[in-house]
Amino acid sequence: MGMTMSEKILARHAKLANVEAGQLVICDLDLVMANDVTGPPSIKEFEKIGRPVFDAEKIALIPDHFQPAKDIKSADLAKIMRDFARKNKIAHYFEQGRVGIEHVILPEFGIVAPGMLIIGADSHTCTYGAVNAFSTGVGTTDLAVGLATGKAWFKVPEAINVHLTGKKPKNICGKDVILTLIGKIGVDGALYKALEFTGEGVAQLSMTDRLTISNMAIEAGAKAGVFPFDEACELYVSRRVKKSFEPVQADADAKYFSTVEINLSELKPVVALPHLPENVKPVDELGEIKINQVVIGSCTNGRLEDLGIAAGILRGKKVHPDVRCIIIPGSQEIYKEAMRCHWLEVFIDAGCVVSCPTCGPCLGGYMGILSAGERCVSTTNRNFRGRMGHVDSEVYLASPFVAAASAVTGKISTPDEVI
Amino acid sequence: MKIEGKVWRYGDNIDTDVIIPARYLNTFDPMELAKHCMVDIDENFAANVKAGDIMVGGKNFGCGSSREHAPVAIKASGIPVVIAASFARIFYRNGINIGLPLLEIGDAAEKISAEDILKIDTSTGTIENLTTGDIFHARPLPGFVQEIADAGGLINYIKSKN
Repeated sequence: MGMTMSEKILARHAKLANVEAGQLVICDLDLVMANDVTGPPSIKEFEKIGRPVFDAEKIALIPDHFQPAKDIKSADLAKIMRDFARKNKIAHYFEQGRVGIEHVILPEFGIVAPGMLIIGADSHTCTYGAVNAFSTGVGTTDLAVGLATGKAWFKVPEAINVHLTGKKPKNICGKDVILTLIGKIGVDGALYKALEFTGEGVAQLSMTDRLTISNMAIEAGAKAGVFPFDEACELYVSRRVKKSFEPVQADADAKYFSTVEINLSELKPVVALPHLPENVKPVDELGEIKINQVVIGSCTNGRLEDLGIAAGILRGKKVHPDVRCIIIPGSQEIYKEAMRCHWLEVFIDAGCVVSCPTCGPCLGGYMGILSAGERCVSTTNRNFRGRMGHVDSEVYLASPFVAAASAVTGKISTPDEVI
Repeated sequence: MKIEGKVWRYGDNIDTDVIIPARYLNTFDPMELAKHCMVDIDENFAANVKAGDIMVGGKNFGCGSSREHAPVAIKASGIPVVIAASFARIFYRNGINIGLPLLEIGDAAEKISAEDILKIDTSTGTIENLTTGDIFHARPLPGFVQEIADAGGLINYIKSKN
């Protein structure tokens, strides 16, 4: 019987010819990743095991969540990770000024590659499915064992075939695709399963679109969100990945749990209303919803293409007087490119805050926390109660098109309303 | 392990941001985390929870962030077992890995209400609702995952294999 992409990657790393959904396997890991929130408790658990790190070249420790340190305790967390990275000569540790958001820089630096098996102590580790890897979020204990042994156990997931067709309309991006999908299947629609993207529509999606889509697979409960290896993926990784890699393709007779059809040509700009990513509605059906803040950034939408979309809308315009618009490039490279493209000027002239790369406000860390009753349109990934600040604040998840347009009008708006 | 305790009942899609909000993630001290457990949806929990009380949720319990701080905060609050219709997968792994039994019982979770008294045998997955008389059976853990749970978590399991 044929295998899905997820099954093939897990089989290869379990040194088995075949695996099937439901099977328990122990796999060799290609990369083990943590950040400044999850890394320090992982290090503490790792030390209990009493072994050295399995391979310093296959570990990434990324200080991005509360860094540059927002308070003394966060500085302590960063220090634990920094000291550990130095002592163990961790290959992929990056200091402030060179670091960016973990799920932005790992693909950008070519540290993740097709066919790899990756665990990360961060739920959005599923992002790397965009480059044809099987990559999933774990907690600190799994991570600690990964650091010590280079192995993890997996239950081979069933896969949902997300079949993409049609042509992507203008002003629509990966965020509208994934929010529409989550709206269809719900926040537990892919629980314990992998999403695998297929169909002619895949070629319509840029690598930025795919990174956004795979990033939010977890918001449907999925273990991974895997894209096929195609020309666009090859071009992206060939410029970045230095080592050899082995992509996977699903077999023609691969068995899927179910198939979900998405015709890209029918997509409209959407938002996810508070307080779940499944509360998805087209922007043009919302009526007037006034806002206080806009955040454009994060591991979901902090890439160069995202900033380009925002700059295209904000050029020559002003942020609404009642709105704070916070723009967070996902990496130093993106920050620099945005500067070269004169987009930072566009943002600052429009009245935006431009921050250094950080996860910051996405998880209510810092750099844009909401007060009671405030509303934010955000290109981030979660709108749970209290996610960005006060328990009575509200987050509306949207694409950079909708976020930038809303920053100008002061209410949730489609890009057509301002272009 | 045999447990008898009072139920703290929560709904569907209880996410790890409400179990332990990110503003408290600048520490990973279990007792400090326990002080803020569930605060954004239930201000009474941290102040009134008693050791041996049981937490019960609906579907997709523990969705969202991978923060292990969430099951750690629940365990440090004195909760010895969590029951739900279903668990989000990272939370599920994390619970097993830290030695916090998680019992998945599907729609039967609807038959458990706040303040019910439950009697649980985690080794068999049998749950008796002493308030209503209902008896439920949780889905068993597959293969060696049960051995991880029996060892009290993944670190103990790995050390036992050293």
